[in-house]
Amino acid sequence: MLKASDLKITFNPGTPIETRALQGLSLEIPTGQFVTVIGTNGAGKSTFLNAVSGDLPIDSGSIMIDDADVTRLPVWKRATRVARVFQDPMAGTCEDLTIEENMALAQCRGTSRGLGWAVKSNQRDFYREQLARLGLGLENRLSDRIGLLSGGQRQAVSLLMAALQPSRILLLDEHTAALDPRTADFVLELTRRIVTEKQLTTMMVTHSMRQALDVGDRTVMLHQGQVVLDVSGEQRKGMKIPDLLEMFETVRGEKISDDALLLS
Amino acid sequence: MSWFSFFGALEIGLIFSLVALGVFISFRLLRFPDLTVDGSFPLGGAVGAVCIASGMDPFLATLLATIAGAIAGVITALLNVYLRIMDLLASILMMIALYSINLRVMGRPNIPLIMEPTVFTVLQPEWLADYIGRPLIMIAVVLLAKLALDAYFATQQGLAIRATGSNPRMARAQGVNTGAMIILGMAISNGLVGLAGALFAQTQGGADISMGIGTIVIGLAAVIVGESILPSRRIFMLTLAVVLGAVVYRFFIAAALNSDFIGLQAQDLNLVTAVLVTIALVIPLFKQRLARRRSL
Repeated sequence: MLKASDLKITFNPGTPIETRALQGLSLEIPTGQFVTVIGTNGAGKSTFLNAVSGDLPIDSGSIMIDDADVTRLPVWKRATRVARVFQDPMAGTCEDLTIEENMALAQCRGTSRGLGWAVKSNQRDFYREQLARLGLGLENRLSDRIGLLSGGQRQAVSLLMAALQPSRILLLDEHTAALDPRTADFVLELTRRIVTEKQLTTMMVTHSMRQALDVGDRTVMLHQGQVVLDVSGEQRKGMKIPDLLEMFETVRGEKISDDALLLS
Repeated sequence: MSWFSFFGALEIGLIFSLVALGVFISFRLLRFPDLTVDGSFPLGGAVGAVCIASGMDPFLATLLATIAGAIAGVITALLNVYLRIMDLLASILMMIALYSINLRVMGRPNIPLIMEPTVFTVLQPEWLADYIGRPLIMIAVVLLAKLALDAYFATQQGLAIRATGSNPRMARAQGVNTGAMIILGMAISNGLVGLAGALFAQTQGGADISMGIGTIVIGLAAVIVGESILPSRRIFMLTLAVVLGAVVYRFFIAAALNSDFIGLQAQDLNLVTAVLVTIALVIPLFKQRLARRRSL
């Protein structure tokens, strides 16, 4: 369970370029729920996600994961509870390390790292098995540098890596945005499969309304650093993009004019 | 080149290959441009020489020198990690501070080790000449250090250090305490350099305050020459390349010192070394061009 209460973040306070990125954002995600987060550019999606992961310090408010207050914990300490896939395929994996080394690194997430071999032979079999499920032929390339893989392949491996260790919440940061449409669909399908199979509590930030309504069981829309729409259950079933837009207009009394959001 | 200068170059090259391994860890694995080396090398020499001169067991003295080097590395890392001082600047601060510290440790600008027992005199059998015995001992030391590093960087902790240098943001997201890994890596790196300094003092007849000048240049040159003659991405090959690079670099210097037959003199040493290193660096480029021409 994730519980974010009254989060506030202001960039460059007291200067002409002051930006109030989060303005009292509150959101609760119960265990096992898959939430998609949508919003226009500058709505605070990425800021919110980075606040949860610990990459950005918050000015006020609190973040609870299960019963633990993680508000002041650095990123690496939150990693016992938080798994993450980055938007940039290059950011989520270690270019200089091999596929198996990257997976070994992820399998140690949140555990203490000692002087045992990073990749043992029984683990290698496990990794091979996991990679085989992707159907990308990566199971035969365990000792290849991950830098040799394409963006889509790296993103798929990142997803596998995020699920190697149990987490209390999985953060997906527009993780298909940098991929071509076919690869994006593949990675999204994989996401759905892994999240369902492992029953992960998940928060997926996306820039595509279609994606936001297609996957997961709840959609949250951010606007000016706050939650403005929150749909789930019966209401969300069969919902189309125009319905969501209309809801937004009723709530805010203004129209959305972000082409990227409407067209993707 | 005589056998005498051949073994001399091999011996010093092997000692500097420990420096090169240290520089490889900081510059390449951690991507931490670390100039502390110029101070931790003479620190190792100073601590080793002072301890041996005061009658301590040379092995214990060498161990203490290694620890002293490691501590220097830790302080540089602390300046960077906790006080947020830029990496290069933190290491420069440490380097100049160590100059004074080294003078304090020695109490005077140099400490000779002439008759005192060293790790080399203890290990070396009577029947073997000094100039052959020392490089043989160094081969064993360097081999041990190289294999130990190879093994270490294949452990969970070693992997965390490599990830810290390669992609710190990802490393943190995987629960790696990147600050601690920088401190640990810098300790190992400068520990090796301190060890090299202590061994250098024991082979060269003593420690001198100026023995550290240019250590970082030699170390970096060795890493780059090594990478250019043996390009690879695997740790096992990389450490081997770095060791080879240090030895080859030393042979360049020996060759430069022995180039009087073409009218060059001792003062031309640095120029000749620079030219030879340049040649080693551009060899891969020429190889590439040659291969391309053949494939056309």
